[in-house]
Amino acid sequence: MFDNLSVKLDRAFKTLKGQGNITEINVAATVKEIRRALIDADVNYKVAKEVTDSIKEKALGRDVLIAVSPGQLLTKIVAEELTILMGETNVPINLTGNPNIILISGLQGSGKTTFSGKLANQFKKQGRTVLLAACDVYRPAAIDQLKVLGEQIGVEVYTEPDEKNPLKIAKNAVKYAKEHGKKSLIIDTAGRLAVDEAMMDEIAGIKKEIQPSETLFVVDAMTGQDAVNTAAAFNQRLDFDGVVLTKLDGDTRGGAALSVRKEVSKPIKYISTGEKMDAIDLFHPDRMAKRILGMGDVLSLVEKA
Amino acid sequence: EKTKENFFSKLGKAVVGKSTVDEEVLDELEEILITSDVGVETTIKIIERIEARVAKDKYLNASELNKILREEIAGLLSENNTKDLDSFELPKVDGPYVLLVVGVNGVGKTTTIGKLAAQLKGLGKNVVLGAADTFRAAAVDQLIMWGERVGVPVISKGMNTDPASVAFDAAKYGVDHNADVVIIDTAGRLHTKVNLMSELTKIKKVIQRFIPDAPHDVLLVLDGSTGQNAFIQAQEFTKATDVTALAITKLDGTAKGGVVIGISDQFKIPVKYIGVGEKVEDLQVFNKVEFVDSFFKK
Ligand SMILES: Nc1nc2c(ncn2[C@@H]2O[C@H](COP(=O)(O)OP(=O)(O)OP(=O)(O)O)[C@@H](O)[C@H]2O)c(=O)[nH]1
Ligand SMILES: Nc1nc2c(ncn2[C@@H]2O[C@H](COP(=O)(O)OP(=O)(O)OP(=O)(O)O)[C@@H](O)[C@H]2O)c(=O)[nH]1
Ligand SMILES: [Mg+2]
Ligand SMILES: [Mg+2]
Repeated sequence: MFDNLSVKLDRAFKTLKGQGNITEINVAATVKEIRRALIDADVNYKVAKEVTDSIKEKALGRDVLIAVSPGQLLTKIVAEELTILMGETNVPINLTGNPNIILISGLQGSGKTTFSGKLANQFKKQGRTVLLAACDVYRPAAIDQLKVLGEQIGVEVYTEPDEKNPLKIAKNAVKYAKEHGKKSLIIDTAGRLAVDEAMMDEIAGIKKEIQPSETLFVVDAMTGQDAVNTAAAFNQRLDFDGVVLTKLDGDTRGGAALSVRKEVSKPIKYISTGEKMDAIDLFHPDRMAKRILGMGDVLSLVEKA
Repeated sequence: EKTKENFFSKLGKAVVGKSTVDEEVLDELEEILITSDVGVETTIKIIERIEARVAKDKYLNASELNKILREEIAGLLSENNTKDLDSFELPKVDGPYVLLVVGVNGVGKTTTIGKLAAQLKGLGKNVVLGAADTFRAAAVDQLIMWGERVGVPVISKGMNTDPASVAFDAAKYGVDHNADVVIIDTAGRLHTKVNLMSELTKIKKVIQRFIPDAPHDVLLVLDGSTGQNAFIQAQEFTKATDVTALAITKLDGTAKGGVVIGISDQFKIPVKYIGVGEKVEDLQVFNKVEFVDSFFKK
C-alpha cells in the first residue's frame, strides 16, 4: 500500500529528464504525490495542503543533482520541512514547583494511564520521589489499573475509592504529596471526548485549581484526520504544554504528530512505544519525519551525493 | 468554514443537466471523504464512480444525485455482503454462540463486550463472558465489573494465566450451563507483534477443540478515530483469526470512521456494531446509510 515516496516522486518526475532544476510545471505532479503520501500517513487534509504549498516554494529553482534522483532530492526537502514543522529540538518537561505536578489528559484509550506509570517509573529512576494520583472515577477498574502499575514500578498511588469527584481527589493528592515530601505528582485522569462539555469543564477545573507545572495531552499515534480537531479542542480548554504520542511500536505512519503539532504549535515531548513500563522515549522530529514519509535510508543517500 | 450541510445542494446545482461533475464540487467531495478518513484510494474510487454515473445518466435531478452519491458510497460497504442487522439477535447455532473479540490496544473491546452482553441479555439470552485478557493491568477486574453491571457471569482464572485456557473454560462453562452466548475478551495487541498474533490463533484453535464450529464470529473492534492504519489492522487480524465482523467505536466523538469503507470493500467484512459512548446502552447495530450521511453533517 505504501510505496516508497521517493520512488513515486521519481515516477512523477519522469518528464523532468534533461531539465536542470525544479520548475513550476514539473513540480505540480510531484506535489500531488507528496500530498497523497502525507494523507496516506494520516496527516490532516488541510495540513497536508499547507505543507505541500510551502514545500513547493522551497523546491522551486533548486538544482537537481545529477548523482541522485530528483525524487530523492525532493524527498529530502520534504523531510527537512517536516522536521522543522515538528520542532527541531526536544523540549523538556517543566519540573518546577514543589511538588511539580503533571496533569495527564486525552481521549479514551489513548494510553494515559500507561503513560502515567511510565513517567513515574522514569522519575523514580532519576531519583525523584513520585506520587501517582488516580483521578479517573468513571472507567471500570481504572483505579485498580493504576494501582497495579504503581506496584509494578514501586511507586505509591493516591486513591480515594469512594470519592466521585476527581477535583477533590486531585486536591487531596497535592496535599498528600506535600505532606509526604514527594518531588513529583502525576495525575491520571479519565479519557474524555473534546465534545463532552461537562467532562471538559471538569478537567479544565482541575487544571485551574491545582495549577500543574506541566499539562500533557496524550494522543494515539494511529489517530487519523480527527487528530487536529481533538488537539485544538483540548488545547483551547486546557492550554496544554506538551504532547505525548503513544503506540508508536506499531507500523502506523503517525501523521497525527504533524497534524497536532501544526494545529496547536505545542511540542511533542514524549513517545510511548509499548505496554511495558520502560517503553518511553523522548520525541525526535527527524525520525518522525522519516517515519511519516515511510523512508529508510533516502536521507543518507542524498547526504552522500 | 464551508458548511457541509450544503454539499448536496451544491452538488445538485453543479451537475444537474450536465454530463460531468465540475471540479469544485469534486474537490469538496474529496475533502469531505478524506477528512472522514476514507483514504485516498477509496476516495478516488468513489469519485470515479460518481463521474461514471453522471456521465451515463445525465439530466439527473438533485435529489436523484444525492441518492446516487449515498448509494455509491454505501455500495462499497456492502457489495457481496449481508444486509444491515435490524436487531442484536444472533444467528441460531447448536449450543452456545461463541464470539471472539479482538483488536489493537485501547480501541474499546472490553467496553463493547459489556454493552453487547447487555443487549443480548435484554433479548432474554443467557450470556457468559470469558476474561482472556490476562495481561493488561486490571483487565480482568474491568470485565468483572462489566459483568456485575450487566448481570452476567464472567469466567476468569485471574491475571497472568493462559488466555487460551480461559477461553476454553468459558466455552465449557457455556456448554455446561446451556448458555446462549459466550463472548471472549482478549488483550489488546498491535498486529505487528507476531507472538501475540499467533496467541490469538491458538485461542481460536483451543476453543475449536471443544466446539468445532466456534467461534461463530470473530469481531474486530476498530477505534473510529483511527486513520489508515485500521486497514492494516483488518488485514493482519484477518490473517490470524479470520475476522468475520467489525465494530467501530467512539463514533460519539468528532471522528467519522471512514476507513471502514475501504476495509469492507476490500475484505468483504461487514460492520455490525457501532459504539457511541461509554454507557451500557451506547451500542447500536450498524446502518450504512446513516453512517455515510454522518460524513456530510458537521
Ligand atoms: N502497544 C502499545 N500499547 C500501549 C501503549 N500505551 C498504552 N498502550 C495500551 O493501550 C491500551 C490503553 O491504554 P491505557 O493506558 O489504559 O489508556 P487510557 O488513555 O488510560 O484509557 P482510558 O483511561 O480508558 O481513557 C492498553 O492496552 C495499554 O496497554 C504503547 O505505547 N504501545
Ligand atoms: N466515547 C466513547 N468511549 C468509548 C467507547 N467504547 C469504549 N470507550 C472507552 O475507551 C476506553 C478503552 O475501552 P476498553 O473497552 O477498555 O478498550 P479495550 O480495547 O478493551 O482496551 P485494551 O484491553 O486495553 O486493549 C475506555 O475509557 C472506554 O470507556 C465509545 O463508543 N465511545
Ligand atoms: Mg486510563
Ligand atoms: Mg480490554
